[in-house]
Amino acid sequence: MLTLDTCCKTYRVGSFGGGELQAVRNVSLDVGAGEVVSLIGESGSGKSTIGKMILRLLRVTRGNIRFEGTDIATLGGKDLRTYYGDVQGVFQDPFSSYNPIFKADRVFTLLRGEHFSGLSGSEWSTRLQSALEDVSLNPGDVLGKYPHQLSGGQLQRMLIARALLLDIRLLVADEIISMLDASTRIDVLNLLGDLKSRGLGVLFITHDLSLGNYISDRTVILRRGSVVEVGTTEQVFGNPLHLYTRSLLASVPQLHTKWKDIEIELDPGTTDADVDAWSPADDGVLVEIEPGHLVRSSNQDRTS
Amino acid sequence: MSLRVDGLRVYYRSLNGDVKAVDGATFEIADGEIMGLAGESGCGKSTLGKSLIRMDARMRFVEGRVELDGRELPIWDDRKMNAYRFTDVSIIPQYALSALNPTRKIGALATELLAARGIALDEVMQEFKRRLKLVGLPESVLERFPIELSGGMRQRVVMVLSSLLDPSLLIADEVTSALDVSTQRAVSELLVEFRDRGFVKSMIVITHDLSVLYQIADTILVMYAGKLAEKAPAETIIEAPVHPYTQLLLSSLPEVGIRYAEKRLSGIPGRPPSLLDPPSGCRFRTRCPFAWEQCGDEPAFKDLAPGHAAACWKAA
Amino acid sequence: MQASGWRGRSELLYFAFRNWKFVVGIGVVLSMLALALVGPMLTEYEPLSFSGPTDEPPSSEHWFGTTSFGQDVFSQFVYGLRAAFVVGVVGGGIAWLVGAAVGFTAGYRGGWIDDVLNMLTNVVLVIPTLAILIIVAAYINVKGYTTEAILIGLTSWPWAARAVRAQTFTLKTRDFVDVARLSGRSTRKIIATEIAPNMSSYLLMMFILLFGGAILIGASLDFLGLGPSNLISLGLMMNNAFLSSALLLGLWWWFIPPGIGIIAIVGGLYVMNVGLDEIFNPRLRET
Repeated sequence: MLTLDTCCKTYRVGSFGGGELQAVRNVSLDVGAGEVVSLIGESGSGKSTIGKMILRLLRVTRGNIRFEGTDIATLGGKDLRTYYGDVQGVFQDPFSSYNPIFKADRVFTLLRGEHFSGLSGSEWSTRLQSALEDVSLNPGDVLGKYPHQLSGGQLQRMLIARALLLDIRLLVADEIISMLDASTRIDVLNLLGDLKSRGLGVLFITHDLSLGNYISDRTVILRRGSVVEVGTTEQVFGNPLHLYTRSLLASVPQLHTKWKDIEIELDPGTTDADVDAWSPADDGVLVEIEPGHLVRSSNQDRTS
Repeated sequence: MSLRVDGLRVYYRSLNGDVKAVDGATFEIADGEIMGLAGESGCGKSTLGKSLIRMDARMRFVEGRVELDGRELPIWDDRKMNAYRFTDVSIIPQYALSALNPTRKIGALATELLAARGIALDEVMQEFKRRLKLVGLPESVLERFPIELSGGMRQRVVMVLSSLLDPSLLIADEVTSALDVSTQRAVSELLVEFRDRGFVKSMIVITHDLSVLYQIADTILVMYAGKLAEKAPAETIIEAPVHPYTQLLLSSLPEVGIRYAEKRLSGIPGRPPSLLDPPSGCRFRTRCPFAWEQCGDEPAFKDLAPGHAAACWKAA
Repeated sequence: MQASGWRGRSELLYFAFRNWKFVVGIGVVLSMLALALVGPMLTEYEPLSFSGPTDEPPSSEHWFGTTSFGQDVFSQFVYGLRAAFVVGVVGGGIAWLVGAAVGFTAGYRGGWIDDVLNMLTNVVLVIPTLAILIIVAAYINVKGYTTEAILIGLTSWPWAARAVRAQTFTLKTRDFVDVARLSGRSTRKIIATEIAPNMSSYLLMMFILLFGGAILIGASLDFLGLGPSNLISLGLMMNNAFLSSALLLGLWWWFIPPGIGIIAIVGGLYVMNVGLDEIFNPRLRET
């Protein structure tokens, strides 16, 4: 359904734009219908940039992104509108996603003119109600209120409802629950799982491995703009091959196992030199170790 | 006893009345103990931490007694607390990493901070450099600007600065929340190392992340809506919690290994009560699956077993 | 994360009337405005006609006395106030509109558009405004205060553009702008409905500053004798007084009213602005 083909995003930095910063390097991935793909990476990995490129909020420097075979960079005007009827995004900070001077349900009315102009008042209400119920929200609780009167969880769900109103096929979820409280996180996550069964594809962008493990079918591990490992979630979490993946898994704080007791072997002496935050990631090629499970391999990285 | 808190109430003034952020906290921390203070946003954990050092001018101390190493801390008086800040009680404030003045080099920052305490940097320079090295930072860091350092490095600089004068109590407010997983581990283990090396005697680690606390804390105190819910050794809280809130919270945390397709976790329905006008009785009542009429009376936070206290009628 | 918004409308008014800077500032400005509107009806003399004995101190016939040419100072004063407000509104208004248009476009679009507009802004900013105005005024026979105001407006917009551009940059990064883009909103609409309303307090304060600034520049021009000579303004009054050695002759009633007039309006505007800043920004308020 959605395919990224060796996408790159380069920014000009420094005075007079002399330097270059490669935020995304040669990333290829795909998301199928009814599939949740986790894009896991730490800060600076380029994961949000990829999300924005898919949503056409940023332009791809090289490579292309195809949705149902069409290169999205070529879309304009009406075609772009159709694209936004199929692909939508929800972002990390629920309070930043709403314009504070308007009521929260304005995010729905913004869509009405573009996509639902033909509907009558009552038809629109019915659609809205059912979309809200789909995300387990009581319309009476959330309609007509200002964003600051609602909770983060409610706001995020409303954004998902907005996407569902359009009957989208792919949702780009960029750290959508990291700013929510622990007790509401899992509900929003379960919601994504439920929607998956309706055929919705989700690109779940996160830094939290346990969330990715919980919800996704396939996992992509991103480091400094490059894909270092990709496979089904069982493969990547059960048999992590790349050094980076292994060091990530070894550092995740778990509830019943202490760090020192986690059984993931790391090669000795492998520390991330974080003094130079802009050192380029190793280039190399993705090698298929088992069907569907690819790992980046180069001279510097050692894999098992 | 290193720290002793008795009946602490700290409210915030607001246009609409008092927000009862911390409404009656009583607990103790022993020498050398790392206590994790956990809870969701708005539960009062940050307020509790900041009130012990009186960092926020908007706080209104209502009542209570705080004793550190046998001496009472004048937490109601900003100026009197000055004598204790940094030397006896120190804090790594929330968002410390973004609070470093971007126009100052680290060395200059340190000098100014210490000068404000009346200490010349040269006296402690040796120790400062030694500790920087200990946490894995090169000496050259003193010549760098904050923006040149990564998040993890900045957090470590702040940690060293806050504990430079060997305070009795260090309060770490959400120090790992904004960090990546690998840096999070490094910084958390560093906190333990500070305690092990004697740079600080006891520590309060405030975070919403129970799994991090399991890794580094000796005891965990869980707060809900301004009240203390449960306190016990870390192992007990995670393996055998008695307060329904703790139980539900733990069961809603996904762990590596749990998958949606196999085992669907559930959260806690509803929302925490408003602290402007909190309900009577147990504040968790409206969301608790075990609530009964007795819960209309507020349960006392008391010991149910040695070292294990909770405020719940069901658990008692 | 602060969630501000229009819910605080009544809250704003509550703080507004408790803020003495705002109250005093707006009080002074409004009283001057009242005088400008009503004053000309109170006087039976024309400002430029020779209506009485020369060099007369204030009396019951001529409330502010007369000039060296026998003109009534009070009527000059109130007509001068009118001219000042015209210059303020038109000059400040034009600067505001141009500055906002340039600032929003440069800030939102970025890229080469930003570079071009930035260059333009910097050029106009660096040009010594007063010098240009002097040259232009010397060549164009400035007929009325509106023309003067237009000239002032067209040369004082750069700093407004800069300020709006900076604010737009920060607002552009907020997620709700992305949500609007994902909903298919056009750039123009996004600026008008998402970004500008979130800067409304800023835009208001900017207008007030531009208003005051225009009056000051206008007064300076008039004082140098470069404004319309067939009409009267506060600056021109001061000019005439100066040229007639009013200070040496002790004709205090001639230059003190216009001086106080200018100070009162401009000072009042600035003080009001400081008050507004405190009202809009809760963090600056003294509890």
